[in-house]
Amino acid sequence: MIRTDSRKCLRCSGCVGVCPRSALTLTEHGIVCDSRCNNCKICINFCPVGAIDLEIEGVRRHLPTKV
Amino acid sequence: MESYDIVVIGAGPAGSSAAMATAKAGLKVLMVEKRAEIGSPKRCGEGLSKSALGRMGLELEESWVRRTILGASTYAPNGKKITVNYKGPEGWVIERKVFDKWLAKKAVEAGARVIAKTDAVSVIKKDGKVSGVTLESNGKRWDVQAKVLIAADGVESKIAREAGIDTTLRLVDVASGVQFEMAGVDIDPDRIELYFGNEIAPAGYAWIFPKGKNQANVGIGVRKPWAKKTAYEYLMDFVESRPGLKKGSIVEINGGGVPVGALMKNMVADNFMVVGDAAHQVNPIHGGGIGESFVAGRIAAQVAVQAIRKGDCSKKSLSEYNKIWWKERGEKLQKLVRLREVTESLKDEELNWLAEYLQGEDLIELVRSSGFKKLAFLFMKKPRLMKLARKLL
Ligand SMILES: Cc1cc2nc3c(=O)[nH]c(=O)nc-3n(C[C@H](O)[C@H](O)[C@H](O)COP(=O)(O)OP(=O)(O)OC[C@H]3O[C@@H](n4cnc5c(N)ncnc54)[C@H](O)[C@@H]3O)c2cc1C
Ligand code: SF4
Ligand code: SF4
Repeated sequence: MIRTDSRKCLRCSGCVGVCPRSALTLTEHGIVCDSRCNNCKICINFCPVGAIDLEIEGVRRHLPTKV
Repeated sequence: MESYDIVVIGAGPAGSSAAMATAKAGLKVLMVEKRAEIGSPKRCGEGLSKSALGRMGLELEESWVRRTILGASTYAPNGKKITVNYKGPEGWVIERKVFDKWLAKKAVEAGARVIAKTDAVSVIKKDGKVSGVTLESNGKRWDVQAKVLIAADGVESKIAREAGIDTTLRLVDVASGVQFEMAGVDIDPDRIELYFGNEIAPAGYAWIFPKGKNQANVGIGVRKPWAKKTAYEYLMDFVESRPGLKKGSIVEINGGGVPVGALMKNMVADNFMVVGDAAHQVNPIHGGGIGESFVAGRIAAQVAVQAIRKGDCSKKSLSEYNKIWWKERGEKLQKLVRLREVTESLKDEELNWLAEYLQGEDLIELVRSSGFKKLAFLFMKKPRLMKLARKLL
């Protein structure tokens, strides 16, 4: 799974368009990732502002909130 | 269940164009847009060429025009500038927020029903064929039936994927863009400026589109795997390195994905069509998609109207849209995809070398795809570029 830093995210929805698993959705609260994600990192590579990161379970992340 | 002839998802230029043309033909049309305000926030440099406006068949409206474009300056990586002055206005920088809403209102005037802040959450299928869509608005969910569902949902393009058409963009086929709308900058208020180079904007370019005497959209589009940083970092470096921009203020930050290839042979399914950015209908060289998406919306609408009148909205019947679009726009855009593939492999010194030979007029011809031969002959002078020359002919 990925998560986005809503302080950086522009709500541009480009990541949604490149996700091969259709795992991302742009909602009122920003980008939401569902369980179809297979951690391929394509969205991370695309994001124009570097707002996306892999969410690694058990590792404390620098991102404050989970969308 | 509510039922319509046409349901359009997304109220960008593609959606409004399709809704307008189908409603004008007397069909019962619904268009939904998930954003609270149609057209905002923009994902666009707001450049609109005279030729694009002509193809759209629209009249210029003072309410959405911000600046008239009388020329263009293109910068090679070494800073060499090629300026071209047009004989008259060749384009405009517009206000998308106003323009998109204006278009949506035109669709309403034509008879369509439009609802903002309404999300299409899933496609409804009956016997494996699209039959409608589930909508969500203001905490309420409901289903609507459609004889033809038109997906104009932009670069997200989730609706088409649900309907069974894979529109996922590969990273090489989508530019990662970010833009500052700036005020208090020193710019050329009458010309657009384009900057090329692998340090400035790998496999893309940086632009300054004037919106006023001291106001401009300053943006950048780059592509992976060539880009080594985020588009935002490239843009910051670009602005920092130019005193006329650095002194200015940022009044808006926006961005997005620009499809620059992956044109689709098939854009229909039974009772279903996909138009605009969602179908990658964008000029693959400069990334302009306002005109392309509007024209595609209109072609799709014409075909949908015919199909509904005949009572046959099967994939076969709707595939007339594929045919007409490819003939009118696709073939030309496909040529530009080839040019894009050639330019993305050029090194900075080769771009500099080209800039020595090309005149401003040549660049315009290139984008109109009539200058390929001249470029190919130039390429033949350099052994490394011979292979690329063949690609152009
Ligand atoms: C940084 C950048 C700069 C650009 N600069 C230019 C330029 O200078 N000139 C130019 O011509 N083009 C430019 N473009 C391209 C241009 O903006 C697009 O090609 C154009 O907006 C495409 O129109 P569209 O109607 O297909 O999609 P959009 O305008 O993106 O509209 C799609 C709409 O669908 C809505 N939507 C999505 N999913 C749903 C859903 N499930 N339910 C309801 N609604 C939904 C979205 O909210 C959106 O409003 C630029 C693009 C970017 C990213
Ligand atoms: S690509 Fe980045 S900025 Fe754009 S919506 Fe996705 S996370 Fe946000
Ligand atoms: S990591 Fe891959 S699968 Fe997961 S959301 Fe990003 S693009 Fe989709």
